[in-house]
Order: sequence, then structure tokens, then C-alpha cells
Amino acid sequence: MTKKYILGLFRDEEPLLHAVHELRKEGNTIHEVYTPFPVHGLDDALGYKRSRLPRAAFLFGCLGGTLGLSMQAWMLGVDWPMNIGGKPALAWVDFVPVTFELTVLITALGMVATYLVASEFIPGNEPKMPDPRITSDLFCIAIPADGASTSVSARMRQLGAEVQEKEVEL
Amino acid sequence: MFESPTRRPLITGKTSYSQITEDIIKPIEAKPTKWWYLGFTVSLAALGLWLLSVTYLLFTGVGVWGLNKTVDWGWDITNFVWWVGIGHAGTLISAVLLLFRQKWRTAVNRSAEAMTIFAVVCAGSYPLLHAGRPWLIYWVFPLPNTYGSLWSNFNSPLLWDVFAISTYLTVSLVFWYVGLIPDLATIRDRAVGLRKKIYGLMSFGWNGSAKGWQRFESVSLILAGLSTPLVLSVHTIVSFDFATSVIPGWHTTIFPPYFVAGAVFSGFAMVQTLLIIMRKSMRLEQYITLNHIDVMNKIILVTGSIVGSAYITEFFIAWYSAVPYEQYAFANRMFGPYWWAYWTMMTCNVITPQLFWSRKLRRSLTASFIISIFVNIGMWFERFVIIVTSLHRDYLPSSWLMYSPSWVEICMYIGSLGLFFTLFFLFAKFLPVIAVAEVKSIYKTSSEEEIAKTAAKEGINLQEAHAHTNGAH
Repeated sequence: MTKKYILGLFRDEEPLLHAVHELRKEGNTIHEVYTPFPVHGLDDALGYKRSRLPRAAFLFGCLGGTLGLSMQAWMLGVDWPMNIGGKPALAWVDFVPVTFELTVLITALGMVATYLVASEFIPGNEPKMPDPRITSDLFCIAIPADGASTSVSARMRQLGAEVQEKEVEL
Repeated sequence: MFESPTRRPLITGKTSYSQITEDIIKPIEAKPTKWWYLGFTVSLAALGLWLLSVTYLLFTGVGVWGLNKTVDWGWDITNFVWWVGIGHAGTLISAVLLLFRQKWRTAVNRSAEAMTIFAVVCAGSYPLLHAGRPWLIYWVFPLPNTYGSLWSNFNSPLLWDVFAISTYLTVSLVFWYVGLIPDLATIRDRAVGLRKKIYGLMSFGWNGSAKGWQRFESVSLILAGLSTPLVLSVHTIVSFDFATSVIPGWHTTIFPPYFVAGAVFSGFAMVQTLLIIMRKSMRLEQYITLNHIDVMNKIILVTGSIVGSAYITEFFIAWYSAVPYEQYAFANRMFGPYWWAYWTMMTCNVITPQLFWSRKLRRSLTASFIISIFVNIGMWFERFVIIVTSLHRDYLPSSWLMYSPSWVEICMYIGSLGLFFTLFFLFAKFLPVIAVAEVKSIYKTSSEEEIAKTAAKEGINLQEAHAHTNGAH
């Protein structure tokens, strides 16, 4: 669904970061900021909480480790124990490498899948972005026009932005 | 973030954010150069050789190789270990250097990771084909089957290898693709028509939002944290294939660290070979600078020295152990019928990298290129020496045999180089060979222009500073 946004377009990261700080201090609601590369400190400036992906990764790691170890123990120790020179069927040390590999595999796949789904990055999705130049050299602050203060456009111009109003889906 | 302007720049010449996009994306949009066509054709021809020899192998059987009852691992496993080792540099660059916050990795990580993936594909083909009937390869996985429930043997390092290599390939591929998504979106947003559709599909609707970047960085960091122990585990497990056996010359505890160091050593040599060609043929000298070549040569020097020390340690321990079989295995390597392989390995791996103590050679493209080829050759011989010289003298002299490869093995080796380079040329044509977004993120701190501006502001004379540190990085 499209909505009307006031877009502040910047050419560089420092003025953008400065503007985000100022606009938030002045009580404006910023919908989202778009940049060509990760700008250091932008998430703090926007007041974003730390991503919970590391927690998801930890849980997938626990799952992978448990599955890997119990799979081997069940197969060689319970379901079909073999007598190889009288050595114990449950040879825990031998299970370490495969347990490790499966932990890494399931953590990586699980975390990346969570990341893609949470961010709605799915093959075939149309990008929800205000301007195609963002992936090259444009930095953009999007403020919902609905409920924005009347002076926000002028303020963004003052902070060094080129201002546009656009009906887009973000 | 402030960084001392006396550091050497990682991006030279005049540029800007849009210029970086232009320089790196343009080759994908333009028609390939005649050098690309030439290289691609040669690679395809070699790939043809691979297809031919593999087809012959599959229709006839593994007997077409030069292996015999005594030497039952030959070029196949040599090539397997060589290719896996080459892959390690890519992961080291993308993961370990990310954790250490080394900015120079941004220019080389993409192509090095691609190299990792293609090298692991080549590596995997050898045990797959050595299994004899590759269409039954799923038997290595623990699947319920009709022979009672005889599961795979988790006590065997060969099975650990199956898990290590397949995890390594999968995780490397995922790491590489996650990093590619923003750059694929850059191509999408410049393109029209069919190209826009294809890259649009591949970039998953990436939009450059602050939240997206925050998650992107979080995911990259964790993937790097996972890949670092993973890469160490992979060559450790490969070395277990040998170390857990009772063959003199294989049964040593030094193998895991020695194999990992050797892998990074050979991998960086291959990265160097590829990058020197790539920066020239794709005109990327601004982004892959002499400073990059220099630091990579330092890594080759360090890992080469570790490998050299490992050779000497191994030799000392063989003597010190007072085990006659162990002592014989090492004397035989040096003075036995395969002496030429041993001395080729020693020359290429121990002596040549030491040349990089010279700053002039580290910063010379020709010297770097030649030495990198020497290292590639030396590391191939290392695996050949370990495998063949340890096997060919069995416990009973009546079983002593020599081994030489058949034409099928030779063609499969040349062919695997063809497979590797075909994939690499396709990558260089259709995907951004440098991580566009990441290079932009270091532009402010590490480009020649911006550094000059900071230096002027701080009142630092750069020439004087660089002369003082003699180019220390």
C-alpha cells in the first residue's frame, strides 16, 4: 500500500547522520533511513534496538549440536551397536567432529533463513525503497507526510537535503 | 571514525561513491573484453578435457587410474587436498579478517570467497569419483536403508570429511550470497529489461534500509564467527584422514596445524595469482592496490615460514622417535626414488616465500606473480610427497611398488583447473568481483583523496610520514 512520504535526499553520510540526530531531537518521526552502505552509528541515531539475530543463532546452534550428537549416539549406540574389537559403541570423542560440523551448519542456515524472512528478503519481492539511486550513492530519510510538522521540509533543506514528496510503498 | 592519515591508502586516485559503482558494475553491463573471451575459451577447452576423462572413467572404472595395491591414493587425493587447501584463503579473508576489522579485505573478499567455493567444488569431485559409483554417493549419509539399519560409521575420519566438506561448501556459499545481495540490488537498480528482472529476483528485494543494514552486519559478523572455527576444522579433519592411520609418515600429531597453515599458504598464493591477473584485465588497479598485494605477500611469508618449521619439526621428530620405520619414511622421501618431488616441495615452499622479506619483491607484481605460482606448485608437491612416498614402500619389500599417473588422471587434473577457471570467468562476467557496498564504507577513512584532506587538516606531511615508517602498514 502506498503512502505519502517527505524524502530528504543527501549526498554523503556525515550530513545524513547529523540530520537524523537533529530531526529526532526536534521530535520528528522518521519512518526509515536508506543508505548505499552500512553507515556506522546510524542504528543508534535512529534509536534502533540491537538485532535479536544473535539470539536466534544461539538457539539454532543448540538445536544443531543436540541433534548432531544425539543422532550419532542413537545410531551407533542404541539402534545398531557394533562390537569393534571390544571398544565401546558410544565413542563420544569420535562424535565431536560431526557434532561440531552440524552445529555450524544448522546455525548458519537457520540464522540466515531467519534474517531473510524477518527482513522480507525473499526471491521475487519488489524492493520497498524510495529511490533507485540509493543502492549507488544516495542517502535518504523518509518521514511520513501524514502527521509531520509543517516545517520539516524547510528544516531538512537547512540540514543540507534535497527534499521531495512522494507517494511510495515503504 | 578517525584513523591516522599516515596509513597507506586502500583506494587510490580520484573517485566517489557513484564512481565506485560505475567502475565495478560497468564490466557486468558491457560486452566482455577479448581477454575474457580468450581466457574463457581456454578454460572451456580444459573443462571439455575434464568431461571427456570423467566420462571415460565412469564407463570403464577407477582401474583406468595409475593406482595399484600398494599406492591406492595418488593424484586423486593429492588434488583433493590441494583444492580444499586453496579454498581456505577465501574464508580466512572473509571471516578472520572481518573479525580483526582489517579494512583491506573489502577489495579482495568477494573474489577470494568465490575462489573458495569453486575450489571446494573441484575438491569434492575427487572423492566423489574415487568412490567409483558417484550416483550412489548418498550412501555416505546416514540414511535408513534396506540392510537392517547399518548406519554410516561415525568413528571414521573419512566420514567426518564428508560432513566437514559439505558443511564448508554450504556455509561458504551462504556467506558469499548474503554479502552479494546488496550488490546485486545495485546492479538491479541500474538495469532495464531482462537484466533488471534477473538481478531483481536474485537480490531478494533488498532496499538499503538502516534496519536491513543493521541485520546484515549482525549476520555477517556471526557468519564470520562461525566460519573461522569451521575453516580450521575442515583442514584439521582432512589431515585426520592421514594422521589417524598407522602409516609411517602419516601418523603424526603435527598434522592438523601443519595442514591448516599449508592450506592458508597455498590459498593466498592462488588469490595472488588470480588477483594480479584480474586487477590488470578488469582495470581495478585503483581498488586492488600494491598495498593489498603487499599485505597478502606478508601472509604468504608468515604461513610459508610456519609450513617450513613444520617440515623441520616433522623431520626432527622422526629422527628423535628412534622408530626405524618412521626414520626410513623420511630418509626415503629425501633420497628415495621420489627425491625430486621432495626437493621441489622444499624449494618452492621453504625457500621461495622467504624472498618476501624484501619489501621491493613484495611490492613487485612480476615477482609476486612468479612466487605465487611457485607456491602453488610446491603445495601440490607437498600433498603428493605425503601421500605417495609414504605409501609406495610397504612393510613387506615384496609389496614395494612405484606409482605414476595415467593419462586419465592427468586430464582430470588439467580438467579440474578448467572447471575452476570456467566458473571464475563466469563469476567475473556476471557478478561484482569487488564488494561494492563494503568498499564504499571504507572510502572515507581509506581513500587517497580523503586521507589527503584529513592530513591537510591535521597539518601532517604525508611524504615525510611515509618515508619515516618506510611504508609500514
